[in-house]
Amino acid sequence: MSATLNQKNPLLQLMQVSISPKKSPAKMLVNQVSFEIEPGKTTCVVGESGSGKSLTALSIMGLLSKQLQLKSGKILFNDHENGLQDLSLLDSSALQKIRGRKIAMIFQEPMTSLNPVLTVGYQIGESLTAHLGLKGDTLNSRVASLLEMVGIPAGRANSYPDELSGGQRQRVMIAMSIACEPQLLIADEPTTALDVTVQAQILKLLHELKTRMNMGMLFITHDFGVVADIADNVVVMFRGEIVESGAKEDVLNHPQHPYTQALLACVPDAEGKKPLKPIDYSWLGHAA
Amino acid sequence: MSEFILEAHHLVKTYTQRSDRFGFNTTLVKALDDVSVGLSAGKTLAVVGESGSGKSTLARCLLQLHPFDSGEVIFQGQQLDKLSGQALRQMRQYLQMVFQDPFASLNPRMRVGEIVGEGLVIHGLGSSSDQQKKVVAMLKRVGLTEADMQKYPHEFSGGQRQRVGIARALVLQPKVVVCDEPVSALDVSIQAQILLLLKELQAEMALSYLFISHDLRVVRHIADDVVVMYQGRIVEQGSVSEIYDTPREEYTRKLLSAIPGKAMQH
Repeated sequence: MSATLNQKNPLLQLMQVSISPKKSPAKMLVNQVSFEIEPGKTTCVVGESGSGKSLTALSIMGLLSKQLQLKSGKILFNDHENGLQDLSLLDSSALQKIRGRKIAMIFQEPMTSLNPVLTVGYQIGESLTAHLGLKGDTLNSRVASLLEMVGIPAGRANSYPDELSGGQRQRVMIAMSIACEPQLLIADEPTTALDVTVQAQILKLLHELKTRMNMGMLFITHDFGVVADIADNVVVMFRGEIVESGAKEDVLNHPQHPYTQALLACVPDAEGKKPLKPIDYSWLGHAA
Repeated sequence: MSEFILEAHHLVKTYTQRSDRFGFNTTLVKALDDVSVGLSAGKTLAVVGESGSGKSTLARCLLQLHPFDSGEVIFQGQQLDKLSGQALRQMRQYLQMVFQDPFASLNPRMRVGEIVGEGLVIHGLGSSSDQQKKVVAMLKRVGLTEADMQKYPHEFSGGQRQRVGIARALVLQPKVVVCDEPVSALDVSIQAQILLLLKELQAEMALSYLFISHDLRVVRHIADDVVVMYQGRIVEQGSVSEIYDTPREEYTRKLLSAIPGKAMQH
């Protein structure tokens, strides 16, 4: 379990976060979720569809849909400039200053998250103008260097999203998200829509950027293969609750909870040695 | 070599693509460039490759859903691309397809019973009470219930919808089933269920699968033979153990090295 005693403050600390629909407050979509993210480290949240992993991420950014509410809990963010703040208490204008600047997010589907009628250069520059007030040549050169950082020729700044491949679009999304050098990057299944080869490149890029910029990263996925490649710490969610969390090596090699064991067993291995096993929910009878 | 139930010889398919800012010019894109494959009866042939490698185009050309420029497709000794109209439609009963996206490939306005039974109606197989029985039996076989016949696709989860898609394809007792990325839209946990179901049904119904995928972990578990495609060409083909244990081509090795989670210990 998360027994690592950390004397220094973590970058982000979720404490007993619960989310429910406004209309039925008794129904917990996310129930008492607590974990932390350290600077320069990656925490992976793993779970099936409907386990609440994306809701948890959206609640950090204050982006929950209007039908949902953060019922209880604290989201403590350790800002370089302003010190420790509880993001759940901030109003929308205060959050606006944090989003994109201190905490940035990458979404799963790059085509739907990019605006098709604006050039990618403009879209990368938007947050630089909004948060840092960059204009003109300073802005252009910063956009160019960001594109090169993610492995796209600077000349593509004038391209529209439909002129780029899926992998390049996701690189543009990454360039947008790191534009203001955020302290925390939230990536919600950023490689699920991509080919395996492109996925490997994107994971490598994210890892390099994280190390270089000392960002904390919250990485959401349902694929334990990806977890093995990128995580430092792992949080396993099931039906809105954390069933297990800890360092990657512990969770992957010595899973304690039957659900984690079942989830690991249903990942097909590349050697084909292990028979496929569909997920087994029999433990629910005992646990519930 | 005649044990192939479905084979293709030297398929070529080109698309014209508009280029330039306003599409004044056209360029030719070779989606299939001299592709020959053979699917053995009762086996699974996996076609792997990145997006744009031509694997889905190959599947569609094999099933005569797309015309191709040259080459031939032979199903049980008959040249499919020479058939047309009624003869080809009759043949389609034996050549079915399971699609990638279980959300887009089911008509939202039809009940599941109608979706699964539609093929039986079109091919005029049995009386309507026979058809009804077949649909119920098939739904039960794929893990759904008789009551599910009255439901609409949106009432199901992704994995259940893929079960409907499988039932729709298999109720016609096909010989060849083309599975175009059947599990790539599903969670890993659901993936294993669907793969196992496909394997069981293959053994029960003596099906031959053409399995299209970009996930080499999945292919390892389901395929007997593998074809690796890149930019419309076949890079390498062989048995599963040949491709995974002793890949000859650089591109195949690159694909294998991109599999996530090799650090995982089992």
